[in-house]
Amino acid sequence: MTTGTEKNRRSLLIKGGHLIDPAARIDTPMDVLLKDGRVAEVAPPNKMKGSADDKFDARGLIVAPGFIDLHVHLREPGQAHKETIATGTAAAAAGGFTSVCTMPNTVPVVDSVEWIEWLRQPERGAVVNVFAIAAATRASKGATLTDFRALQTAGAIAVTDDGKPILDDNIMREALVLGGELNFPVVQHAEDTRMTENCSMQAGARSFRLGLRGMTAAAEASIVERDVQLAMHIPNARLHVAHLSTADALKSVRRGKRAKARVTFEVTPHHFTLADEDMRDYDSNYKMNPPLRSPSDREAILAALADGTVDAIATDHAPHAAHEKEMEFERAAFGITGLETALALAITRLHREKRIPLARVVELFTAGPARCFDLRGRGTLVRGSVADVTVFDPKKKWIFDTGKSRSKSRNSPFDGWQLTGKVVATIVGGKIVYAA
Amino acid sequence: MNPARGSLLGIEHLEAAEILKLLKFARRMNPDKPRPLLKGKRVFLLFYEASTRTRSSFEIAAKVMGAHTVLIQSSGSSIEKGESLLDTGYTVHAVGADIIVIRHPNAGAPYVMAQHIDVPVINAGDGLHEHPSQALLDAYTILRNKKTFKGLQVAIVGDIFHSRVARSACHLLSKFGVKIILCGPPELVPDIATTIAPGVRVTRHIEDALRGTDVVMLLRVQTERLAGLKIDLADYIVRYQMNPARLKMAKKDAIVMHPGPIIRGLELTSEVADGAQARILEEVRNGVPMRMAILARAIGKMR
Repeated sequence: MTTGTEKNRRSLLIKGGHLIDPAARIDTPMDVLLKDGRVAEVAPPNKMKGSADDKFDARGLIVAPGFIDLHVHLREPGQAHKETIATGTAAAAAGGFTSVCTMPNTVPVVDSVEWIEWLRQPERGAVVNVFAIAAATRASKGATLTDFRALQTAGAIAVTDDGKPILDDNIMREALVLGGELNFPVVQHAEDTRMTENCSMQAGARSFRLGLRGMTAAAEASIVERDVQLAMHIPNARLHVAHLSTADALKSVRRGKRAKARVTFEVTPHHFTLADEDMRDYDSNYKMNPPLRSPSDREAILAALADGTVDAIATDHAPHAAHEKEMEFERAAFGITGLETALALAITRLHREKRIPLARVVELFTAGPARCFDLRGRGTLVRGSVADVTVFDPKKKWIFDTGKSRSKSRNSPFDGWQLTGKVVATIVGGKIVYAA
Repeated sequence: MNPARGSLLGIEHLEAAEILKLLKFARRMNPDKPRPLLKGKRVFLLFYEASTRTRSSFEIAAKVMGAHTVLIQSSGSSIEKGESLLDTGYTVHAVGADIIVIRHPNAGAPYVMAQHIDVPVINAGDGLHEHPSQALLDAYTILRNKKTFKGLQVAIVGDIFHSRVARSACHLLSKFGVKIILCGPPELVPDIATTIAPGVRVTRHIEDALRGTDVVMLLRVQTERLAGLKIDLADYIVRYQMNPARLKMAKKDAIVMHPGPIIRGLELTSEVADGAQARILEEVRNGVPMRMAILARAIGKMR
């Protein structure tokens, strides 16, 4: 874990807000006192015993544990023209995220202790906590496992070959066995790439009409099914399915969870908000992988968000430069930014439209992701936990403008969208790193 | 940016009235009687993919109307050196292109061009997506032979999945209430194809497709686009090849069309290709007046 900010010695009282801390089952007005980078006290309004150097007026606002994003691409090392750790974490802070987990599909691939350490250096300029996810195989080539133990000791919190799924059954088995021994989650981008060659969107009526080759749901579901089967039979194996997007894959995960396998998964805001038919005129800001799925897949995801099956919302924030997106759809890069719109999309779509309680939405950004990767002391604001706090206004209407984004890149399909719910302040280790 | 007026990116979003206007105007165009509607204009033909008929007939159409034409192909141009689609677009815009005609292996490439460059863009075929000038010249050919779209039944046989011609034809014919039957094996004619436009149905049986049909449109199996798909060509020939015996199942006055290139002995036999019902070369001829109309429309001269 790294943070570019020095440990804050001043104390901060967040006063007058409504605290939602799902891990502690709190959903009521509470004041929160932060001291020495920790939560010193949580008390009902005006019942705080301790005093503070600074006060933050949170009247009318929700106070929540700092949000955790399990899946971002900060693009360093090697692709600073898309994003840097400094710009990516600034966007994270603006989106209310106090911790982000960065993917290793960089140039070079983060598959060694040296690169994990490089990511953690203060020179990177991170303004929120950055947790490194290391490559599961050398150079993510899917052939030879990396040194899980050394990577874990160096601070990596999970392994993955994100973007390049581990197709070989035996390599995946070995990864889950070793991960199980070390209590180290193996994150899989589930896509049988043998079935998706030259494909640029979901297979269906829309792809047929547009003349684009389509990815089938089976390409995702078959890998998830295999991985869940493996996880069910390997002692202590920890499987985390990245950006799950299809109803069929969801069935496999549900089965694994029922069988008490240690299977967790995340879904993205764009997959619960959009479907393949929303893409018009070859706008490559609708091109990502996994692709926007069918409306029935989206409904299945929404149901799983509501019924408690989904463990976490993760953005899969994937910045790309304009010249990598403004081109032939089939040749354009996969991926969209997501850090600054995640909370608002969740509030707009899940809470306001689908009537999912705000506490559940907050859980999906806090306690849920913290559990997936064992981020101890985070995802909650019980006394003694890390002083990472997100303060937001669940009713504030605003318009997302990519031109004002803190990210280096502008590739979002939500440019110009009116959304409800906005981050007011982001506090990392007791220090305000973003204020609206 | 919205596409420049006069752009022709596809048939899907073109209104029926506009299509009729184009067809009517094409009737007044005579390739042998030059009409200088495009005098002094610069028509850039950007061909990122091989073409014989489309390229030559756009070129002739432009020249007959007095335009200067510049042909840019992927090999022998900066495209080969890795210049992006948009940079090539900005370049031809800077040299003074009045119309850009583009053929491209990627679906939607003309859209990208039209959204960034303020010059009318004409789609001369984009990947698996659309081939609007072909659909228009086919409609023109059908009308010359059948007088009206009313009550017509058109069977399109062959590789629908990889065919931009089929997609454009479905959009166009559907707008005029034509009954469209798509015929071929599931690998080439997926069931989802029926969703492309109203009045489209799918059959696996050639007899079913031909019964009561006025126009038989044949398509080539695009082996170069199969991308790993395994098609048993021998089996395809047995089940779907158009031969004289099969053609008899269609209406007596049915015509046979094919956007070309034809592969004799595969999707059709020589007897059918050269037979009295074939309109394959007429389609090629009609390509010129039809494209004259498309070019005139591009610069607002379709009056």
